[in-house]
Amino acid sequence: MITTIGEIVRGDASVFPPYLYDAYRSTIRRAPRQPLVEVPLTLSEMTGPWRPSERVTPEDADLTRNAGTGGEAIGQRIIVTGHVTDEGGAPLPNMLIEIWQANAAGRYVHKADQWPGPLDPNFLGIGRCLTNAAGEYRFLTVRPGAYPWRNEPNAWRPAHIHISLLGNSWKDRLVTQMYFPDDPLLGRDAIFNAVPESSRRRLIASYDHDVTQAEWALGWRWDIVVGGAAATTFESGP
Amino acid sequence: MSPAHVTRALTPSQTVGPFFHDCLLRADATCDTLAGDDASGQRIHVHGRVLDGDGMPVPDAVLELWQADDHGVYHHPADPRWTRPTSFSGFGRVGTDEDGRFAFTSVLPGRVPGPGDELQAPHISIAVFARGLLNHLFTRMYFPDEPSNDTDRTMLSVPAHRRPTLIARATSPVDGSVGARMFQFDIVLQGSDETVFFAIA
Repeated sequence: MITTIGEIVRGDASVFPPYLYDAYRSTIRRAPRQPLVEVPLTLSEMTGPWRPSERVTPEDADLTRNAGTGGEAIGQRIIVTGHVTDEGGAPLPNMLIEIWQANAAGRYVHKADQWPGPLDPNFLGIGRCLTNAAGEYRFLTVRPGAYPWRNEPNAWRPAHIHISLLGNSWKDRLVTQMYFPDDPLLGRDAIFNAVPESSRRRLIASYDHDVTQAEWALGWRWDIVVGGAAATTFESGP
Repeated sequence: MSPAHVTRALTPSQTVGPFFHDCLLRADATCDTLAGDDASGQRIHVHGRVLDGDGMPVPDAVLELWQADDHGVYHHPADPRWTRPTSFSGFGRVGTDEDGRFAFTSVLPGRVPGPGDELQAPHISIAVFARGLLNHLFTRMYFPDEPSNDTDRTMLSVPAHRRPTLIARATSPVDGSVGARMFQFDIVLQGSDETVFFAIA
């Protein structure tokens, strides 16, 4: 993919995408152009929102039935699960995991998504859960479809699930996307390819037959690694 | 953490894209009040806009907010002075509207311990997420007419000519804001008035 790649990156430049990646057109007028400023790490960055929402229910993690219609979403039923750990492998429990995705036809409920893919009245495409004591999350959903966008002529986004992780520290907040292996659209996708090549595979789930449930749902495993505040020293008062 | 203990590589970030509203901003996930009505301290109302490099509003951004209480204590286990949960959370999450506008209420944060023996100036930490941002941006909002801004180590890390982008502007009270102090804080993603963003990672 031929593109201008900006030099401004927050975090390890071999892992995190640059702000400016002009093949992804929306970055061009939104990427900062001034260098990021190095600042001391303080309590403000090492603390962060952490108390799990009391509103999270087990039903929230079942996207095939959480539309509240009594009906079930149409599509290939999948289980998406994995462990959230820090760089040392320590599990991160009580993380709030929020996901959103297109339906099996590649259509979002969102009013700004107006391409003529069919909506599914039994699918909202949103879910959430908390990681358990082992740092594990688990969702039941349907495999999302690819969908067109207007980044370039005949552009289609590969199937993906958006995921947000909240609850370790302010500095280690993460929002990312999970993809599926062998998707022919991955090589053309400006958002996926904005990640340095050696790190892209970390955004791709693995098929796991041990997660698959007989006559019910296919299993996908995707582990996530975020910075671990507790293991890091920082400057503070006496 | 020493490199010898690092065994797993971090997961890269990706943009929130344009379709996050039903999830991140659902009624019980959005939060425009960082401090409950019974939280102690000076009430504040903050409003502003998020603007792109053309000065155009960014209508599909999410801001997350994090601050200490009026005594400068974070309600978090990593703050050794914190003792117990209260109605104060210090966390907020708000979206921008079609004009790029956002608003939230809170109490004036106290001074938090900083590097060495120094106290930091009062501030609210802000994370900016949007379509077109492949990784979120970190900044801080400071308060005007606050002498401690001049000794704050984070502020002093910023080139002097760019520091004003981190300081909110006091505005006049409006109806419904009895007793609250009003502030405006705009976030400019790109351009000559670009907000200072931090290399926190």
